[in-house]
Amino acid sequence: MRELRFHGRGGQGTVVASKVLADALFREGREVQSFPAFGVERRGAPVTAFLRVDDQPIRLRCEITEPDDLIVLDSTLVDAVDVTAGLRPGGWVLINSHRPPEDYTALTDRYRVATVDASRIATRHGLGSKTQPIVNTAILGACAALGGIVRLESVCDAIRDSVPLHQEENVAAAREAAAAVRLAPQAEVLHA
Amino acid sequence: MKKVMVGNHAVSWGARLARVEVISAYPITPQTQVVEELSEMCADGRLAARFIKVESEHSAMAACIGASAAGARAFTATSSQGLALMHEMLHWATGGRHPVVLANINRALGPGWNIWTDQTDSLSQRDTGWVQLYCETNQEVLDTTVMAFRLAETVDLPVMIVLDAFYLSHTAEPVDIPDQEVVDVFLPTREAHRKLDVNDPHAFGALVRPDSYMEMRWQQQEAMDRTHDVFEAVEREWQRLTGRRYGAIESYRARDADLLLVTSGTITSTARSVIDRRRERGDAVGLVKVKMFRPFPTAALRAALSGVSRVAVLDRNVSVGHAGIFAEELRSALYDLPPDDRPRVQGFVLGLGGRDVTPAVIDRIIDAVREDRPIEREDLWVGVNP
Repeated sequence: MRELRFHGRGGQGTVVASKVLADALFREGREVQSFPAFGVERRGAPVTAFLRVDDQPIRLRCEITEPDDLIVLDSTLVDAVDVTAGLRPGGWVLINSHRPPEDYTALTDRYRVATVDASRIATRHGLGSKTQPIVNTAILGACAALGGIVRLESVCDAIRDSVPLHQEENVAAAREAAAAVRLAPQAEVLHA
Repeated sequence: MKKVMVGNHAVSWGARLARVEVISAYPITPQTQVVEELSEMCADGRLAARFIKVESEHSAMAACIGASAAGARAFTATSSQGLALMHEMLHWATGGRHPVVLANINRALGPGWNIWTDQTDSLSQRDTGWVQLYCETNQEVLDTTVMAFRLAETVDLPVMIVLDAFYLSHTAEPVDIPDQEVVDVFLPTREAHRKLDVNDPHAFGALVRPDSYMEMRWQQQEAMDRTHDVFEAVEREWQRLTGRRYGAIESYRARDADLLLVTSGTITSTARSVIDRRRERGDAVGLVKVKMFRPFPTAALRAALSGVSRVAVLDRNVSVGHAGIFAEELRSALYDLPPDDRPRVQGFVLGLGGRDVTPAVIDRIIDAVREDRPIEREDLWVGVNP
């Protein structure tokens, strides 16, 4: 079983990101379980969502405290909250950031770090507003490029099926992000 | 067709497949998504039902009772304080023998104000005469919603479907949606045994004097007694059509076990994984899941637990001043067993107000029961900071 945790801010589509990734993995024949941090959401406030994926039916019905991988939809959260709490060493940390992954020196020695400027990509495809782009579909495209988690085509199909508006713009953002993701040099070593 | 959906939408889908005719509800977290989805289904024509907006849960249940009395298939959903506000009308539904179906998303009662899961809301309605069915997965939620209507309309009792807040209500997982044609065979349009009909007038809710009130209560009790067999028959037919059934109770890896957990709701699921792991290393533990709380499956539980040496009941609820409610009910059901067959029953109160119940918590409980210390309290509170 693989467990993922999503960090974002209310309004970025964090919970939907977890749900769309679950849909994508379900299309690949996997068992999935997607849920938000159980609480009250407010626009702009930190939001967490979770995903379990396995080849067997998933029976754990409790929170995820030691995720295998992280997807961070807002780079300001890296300093604002303890995003890596409980994260298993060697796991992916995918960050929506215009900075290169090497800049996240506090993370690169223990985790496989990758970055993608999902905000810029989402804005270019007209998703959300300039000040509040909806970055969830772009970051999922980048996630597919990490290898070993999900296929890009499954993500695109899931987006078409579950995103209510601008499906093709969202798919295009996912594809662009998949091509634009940057891996820290060490990430490739760890990955090999 | 399989679809990844949250538990709340599994309820909505169940109600839609059941072709409910009247929905009346008032929003409350964590239930709101159930009726939100149903209102969209009504608005875009996928469901030909009348959606009645009301000013409170009390009115929602009153509207469902009125609709049901007129012969319609009526549905509502609520949680916690909303269910508490319905309390008077819950009695009215059972006394009037109106087969309304209600989905309650378990949520803790306030104060302390809390939106997370806790079974005390539904269990507080124990004596209202509603059938209560607890669910473990989103698939079970959808299936139980459809079956609830068939059951309710057969015995003329209202049925409450119960599911955990967030662990089911807001958790998305794959759910198989049966074809409408299959459900239509299983659950035809309601034929009310009695209804408001100007051409065949009857009195509803009239004064009943001491010479007949007890008989009405007895009839309810008889209907509850019949519910055991009717539920089994309903499930058998559902299994024939869909391949799925759940049982009023379910024994899991219970054979040869010297310790059985008794669970309900989503804790069951996590406990199954704990049991599998312990079985791998030769630990003879199992569990009994209780799906049906009313009518209480006394005979089935006696058969399942007779002769087992230790039983640990996991209660995500509490009757303050006594103990966990499933534990109380189970002790009373097992009391008449011969002393040699009667298990030691230790109750554990845990997970209140949505506190997480992890495999480690369940492991600690199993280890504690294995120590066979004298039972000093009927309610051991797990992980509480006094």
